[in-house]
Amino acid sequence: MADINLSRITKSFGDYRAVNQVSLDIADGEFVALLGPSGCGKTTLLRLLAGFEEPDGGVISLGGQVVADPQSNIMVTPEMRNLGIVFQSYALWPHMSVARNVGYPLEVRGLGRAERDHKIKAALDTVALGPYADRSPTELSGGQRQRVALARCLVMEPRAVLLDEPLANLDVHLRETMQQAFLDFHRRTGATMIYVTHDQAEAMAMADRIAVMDKGHIRQMAAPETLYREPADLMVAGFVGAGAVLPISNVSITDDRTCSVRLGDTDVAARICPNFVRNRAAAHAGQAGICLRPEDVWVDDAGALRGSVEDCVYLGGRFRLSVRIGQDRDHVLPVYANRRARIGENVGLKVSDGWVFDRMQGEAA
Amino acid sequence: MQAVSRLRGFWPGMITARSNSNRSSDRLLYWLLVPVFVVSILPIVRLGFEGVMVGGVPSFDYFRDVLGNGSTWQATANSLYTAGLGTIISLLIGGSFAFLVALTDVRAKAALVFCFMIPMMIPPQITALSWVQLTGPSSALLNAFGIAPAMGSPQPLYSAEGIALLLGIQHASIVFLTLRANLRMLPREQIEAARLAGARGGRLWWQIILPLTSPGLIAGTAMAFVTALGNFGITAMLGIPANYATLPTLIYQKLAGFGPSVLGEVSVLAMLIGAIAICGVALHHRLLSKRDYRLMGMVGRPLDIRLGARRPMIEGILWTVLVAILVVPLLALIATSLVPAFGVKLNFDNYSFAAFREVLFVQPSTARAFQNSFMLSVGAAVTLVLVCLPLAYVMVRRPSRLTKLINLLVEVPYALPGVVLAIACILLFIRIPLLDVSLYGTLGIIFIAYLARFLVIALRPVMNSFSQLDPALEEAAQACGAGLGRRLRDILLPLAAPSAAAGALLVFLTAFNELTVSALLWASGNETLGVLIFNLDDSGDTVLASAVAVMVVLVVIALMSCFQLASRRLPKGVVPWQT
Repeated sequence: MADINLSRITKSFGDYRAVNQVSLDIADGEFVALLGPSGCGKTTLLRLLAGFEEPDGGVISLGGQVVADPQSNIMVTPEMRNLGIVFQSYALWPHMSVARNVGYPLEVRGLGRAERDHKIKAALDTVALGPYADRSPTELSGGQRQRVALARCLVMEPRAVLLDEPLANLDVHLRETMQQAFLDFHRRTGATMIYVTHDQAEAMAMADRIAVMDKGHIRQMAAPETLYREPADLMVAGFVGAGAVLPISNVSITDDRTCSVRLGDTDVAARICPNFVRNRAAAHAGQAGICLRPEDVWVDDAGALRGSVEDCVYLGGRFRLSVRIGQDRDHVLPVYANRRARIGENVGLKVSDGWVFDRMQGEAA
Repeated sequence: MQAVSRLRGFWPGMITARSNSNRSSDRLLYWLLVPVFVVSILPIVRLGFEGVMVGGVPSFDYFRDVLGNGSTWQATANSLYTAGLGTIISLLIGGSFAFLVALTDVRAKAALVFCFMIPMMIPPQITALSWVQLTGPSSALLNAFGIAPAMGSPQPLYSAEGIALLLGIQHASIVFLTLRANLRMLPREQIEAARLAGARGGRLWWQIILPLTSPGLIAGTAMAFVTALGNFGITAMLGIPANYATLPTLIYQKLAGFGPSVLGEVSVLAMLIGAIAICGVALHHRLLSKRDYRLMGMVGRPLDIRLGARRPMIEGILWTVLVAILVVPLLALIATSLVPAFGVKLNFDNYSFAAFREVLFVQPSTARAFQNSFMLSVGAAVTLVLVCLPLAYVMVRRPSRLTKLINLLVEVPYALPGVVLAIACILLFIRIPLLDVSLYGTLGIIFIAYLARFLVIALRPVMNSFSQLDPALEEAAQACGAGLGRRLRDILLPLAAPSAAAGALLVFLTAFNELTVSALLWASGNETLGVLIFNLDDSGDTVLASAVAVMVVLVVIALMSCFQLASRRLPKGVVPWQT
């Protein structure tokens, strides 16, 4: 196991910059998710790390060893990097048994039969597939196949395990079970894991830290709760978690961490991004926004913020309303409520918390 | 048979692959492209030079001589007439079969398709031989029933229309295959939408189904035409007795009569027929480029139009046609091979296997031909598969401008009529530059011509299988630490093996029956099976020719059955008649 460092990595396909000046440091044993919409460059980043793609610029090092640096003409091939990969399509070889699939890395390394069998058995037991050793991969279910792929990674004692949307081909029920399997695997082995996904719930459930990617850049890298509570910019705020971002113009900063924001006819207390405090000018340039999560907004007839209900969905236990607010009625807030509301009904809202930030532009800093 | 792969060649761009960063160990693979270039492309380039060089000096004398000769234009007109009429017949038979089999609920579709493909897999010279044995006054089959035309009455197939009829039957499967592939892509929803809009019966066919399938119809027509144009077996067996020359037979007769001295002249003729073939293909591409009917919707749920009460009748018609074009001529062939002596009336008491014994064990030339054809086809199949495995890997997994060019160029020796390739090979190998060795008149020249012509047959199934293979399978092995050689051996070869075997079998089947190329390249002592049947018939040994033909047909049907049985284990698109 080892640290992984990426420094100013760039990769283009023709005119298209799939990965643009990305720097990333991953500590030994960390579980990191690369999260982003399709086409954001997350899979390319993973393939650069694995060595299937060669970067146009930047340096990749694994445990202090430089494995890719086009400027110094260094490019270590994937077979020499000792990284385990779990593919979306499982990539099990249909002409080999489960045991031989798992043991292939050892076969390539020239290990003796007895030692190989011992390690294969241990790896299969880790993923609870011991009795399936002699089956053909085609006889297994999707979840079992993915666990075989995981065992194949495990057996080679890789520096890190890379997972490329490993749950995308599984049905919803199986996904949860497999999430648990990945987490157990991570806890038991302490392996560094880098997990590519477009599903924010998946990333938040498993990762220690999440790197949110968009258009080839990393927009924010932080722990899941930080991403959710304190998104760095508009893209992250919109992509991670439900909620709404409203542009605001009037911010009175109370101290380093809190502020008061004018929303409709009422003042709302909110947390504020430290960047914003340092860079007050943005507030006046119309660059500020407030991110409101549905659990921070409550229907309260006494609430000064008024709006009309546009939609009402029962979620089981509570309702989610879409409430149109603002002078021009040009913003819609998702709000949780305990009772059903009529479409068109006028309701009052009370805002208990919010997050004010200053990066409302689409471009990354 | 030729047409099967030609058919695939018309869709060269269907391979998707993720490009991989080049690594130095891979660059060795590119050296493979060199022999491919030498065998596939160089002869054709050499042919291009021949027509414009007389004695090493640039000159258009050959062109003037050949194009000024009336027989050239007569043969061209004959070629166009027979190929054109034959294509119309193919279109009628193959088209109606395709529509009925692909769109309606007729039963036993697999059996129908299999039987309908047999005429295409049987070599044309055998088709011609069996039909001649069926019609005409000396037919053993008709005589056995006492219904043969009176002695001395003309053989009706020795005519332009006879040639066209057999060309039409031989190539009906080409139209059938392309059209059926097209029809299977036709999503049920589009037809259902038209029916909901109120279209019924004839209107549905005329306004929806036919326009949607026009790309398949056009492609099938073009392929049938180009194949018919290059056909030598039928035009020679029927045309030469009738003194009716087409371009391939004219080339054959000139070369057979005068030897290499007329090479310049026949090169121009070969270029002429090549040019007509290219025009056919170009026209087809032009027509197709104007219709871009991307078919949306779920593929794989083909239409099943209910025929209702008419189903037994339609099934009856389909099987009757099959019996007429396949079973009856083969029965005639078998009858002829069993007569004790030519002209004797066959019955259950006097049939004899003497002809089989004669060709298998007595005549040295026939045994030799079996041996030659066997060696040539096995050799070609093995060599081509060994070349094609790494070649297909490079072309699918490391695509570049160069591999895309090669992808088009390997089609050329196969898409052009066989006589063109044969002439080109003679020109290049009659005296190999630098080595000063001549391959002319040896088995070697036939072998090289086979390699060039059938490369694409072996290549496509393997490419198909590599491109259907998830790249992650190889990348997973790479991540496990396996280098290129190891990945090829452990992962790629085992997974591509079924397709490679299928490719090898197809090459074997095609080469075993080949006539057009070897008819121009053979010399005494190295005749092939195709040439043998042709020569035996030519010299009047019709019974012996029929016996050889019966054995060849048995081999063809046996090999096709192997394919049919193995088809479930093969990747999609490898077995020609299963899409």
